[in-house]
Amino acid sequence: MIRYVLGRLLYAAAVIVGVSLAVFFLVRLGGDPTALFLPPESSAQEIARVRKLMGFDRPLWEQYLDFAWKALHGDFGRSLRYQQPAMQLVLERMPATLQLAAAALALSLLVSVPLAILAATHRGSILDRTGLLVSLVGQSFPTFWLAIMLILIFSEIWGILPPSGRGTWRHLVMPAVALAAYSTAIITRLLRSSLIEVLQLDYIRTARGKGLSSSSVVFGHALRNAAIPTLTVVGLQVGALLGGAVITEEIFAYPGVGRLAIQAIANRDFTVVQAFVVFMAALIVAINLLVDLGYALLDPRLRSR
Amino acid sequence: MRRFLRKFLRSWLAAFGLAVVLLVVVGALTATWISPFDPAAQDILRRLLPPLSRSEDGLHLLGTDALGRDVLSRLIAGSRVSLLVGVLSVVVSGVIGVTFGLIAGYDDKRAGRVLMAITDVQLAIPFLVLAIAVVAVLGPSLFNLVMVLGLTNWVQYARIVRAEVLVLRNREFVLAARALGASTPRILLVHLLPNVTSSIIVVSSLQVAKMILFESSLSFLGLGVPSTIPTWGSMIADGRDYVAHAWWVAAIPGLAIFITVVAINLVGDRLRDMLDPRLKQVEN
Repeated sequence: MIRYVLGRLLYAAAVIVGVSLAVFFLVRLGGDPTALFLPPESSAQEIARVRKLMGFDRPLWEQYLDFAWKALHGDFGRSLRYQQPAMQLVLERMPATLQLAAAALALSLLVSVPLAILAATHRGSILDRTGLLVSLVGQSFPTFWLAIMLILIFSEIWGILPPSGRGTWRHLVMPAVALAAYSTAIITRLLRSSLIEVLQLDYIRTARGKGLSSSSVVFGHALRNAAIPTLTVVGLQVGALLGGAVITEEIFAYPGVGRLAIQAIANRDFTVVQAFVVFMAALIVAINLLVDLGYALLDPRLRSR
Repeated sequence: MRRFLRKFLRSWLAAFGLAVVLLVVVGALTATWISPFDPAAQDILRRLLPPLSRSEDGLHLLGTDALGRDVLSRLIAGSRVSLLVGVLSVVVSGVIGVTFGLIAGYDDKRAGRVLMAITDVQLAIPFLVLAIAVVAVLGPSLFNLVMVLGLTNWVQYARIVRAEVLVLRNREFVLAARALGASTPRILLVHLLPNVTSSIIVVSSLQVAKMILFESSLSFLGLGVPSTIPTWGSMIADGRDYVAHAWWVAAIPGLAIFITVVAINLVGDRLRDMLDPRLKQVEN
């Protein structure tokens, strides 16, 4: 078990290094980033001076090592716009985004898990059709459009929810609903199909044959095994939620990291973009690592792999 | 082929989906002829007319936007970008992902591990941020948009193709080909690729729907194609500020995206059920 955990930890670290490499080179895909630091009308001398100052005249791999070494110590450089350490800006906005993502995840689990169980145990019924409809509709909406329509209905027409900002729980309702729609669809669909698969297995028939009530068959026997593939997807959905928060936050003017990232990209504040992507990736990797370790506890078969 | 189509159409939902998809495709191909107005023609006197309004030039079936442009004409013009970007980016991601999946599945030990690592790196980066950053650096253009979407969405193909090849590579026909001295590229392309096409078709149909959604998100943020070309995403962005008193400007293009994506998903689901019931779990 210790070997397994160590192996996973090392792998997670390697993935984060991979992400940092990807971001570092992607940001430089457009060529020399010096231009980003200067107004377009700067003279050639100014450009050369800044290039030297920022170290952009050195070979790329040297720049990367420098970036990685500092990043390892939490130093992602200073924001060009706010004149604050980039990582500090990201961390300050993080609680708002985590709150939004947690609310959306809770909401989508609250809807999808019961719906999937009902759909799988009542195949072909109205409940099953509803489940399929929810999963089809939920994954076909453009999130940003859903968000605008929610604002139209609940803020402009009925005036019962605030259209933007953060503060009370009422500010959280619409962003969480808009963000949860896609994940709800995906989780409902997957949990339903894995439950249906599990419910056809021999051990379920045995459990039924023993005369167990159908609720203890579903909750005691089937759900646990159907939960395993679903958990992976829930882990991946956390990533999708954090990523999707970018657009949701932008529309609801919600002061989280997603909005910070969009503004940073618009302002060409690329130290903040790097800090944001690396931090988000580390968070997503950490969550998926926890999910993986969670399985190993749930299912001893996985430890040996 | 005819039998396949007949079986496909036995599900009325799938038939409905296919009809809508065909309608959108025909609309996009014939856009310049069927469009009732010039999608770019502005007229400040006709701004924000509600659906079914008449002007001296004819009926504005879906109303006009804040610059007096006909919403239906822009909707038809916008379908071109959505479909073009959807299909092209799926081709790009399909070629990359399938190549990678074939190699990684056949050479499980080395290439397979490298692939899984790259996959995890890809999954750890919020896609939208990556796409926004790349488009912001490179500038908005059709080519950049297709490349960004293609290069960030091949993982799904790679995973599914790899999983299938892992099973197929030990089958007799592959072993026989190898014993006869076939080269590795030949085994991959001639013997393995035809056996994974049905999965590729299924994944592609569902991916097109996803790419259309992504394209609209990027267009909404102003990072799609240049702003002179109407797209569904940018139409929603244009209508956003007027949503309180002119709901149709933002609502209608969103409905167009929704209906198109639902239709493509219905077709994809039906193909999946018919071609490969094992692929039930093709998700994200």
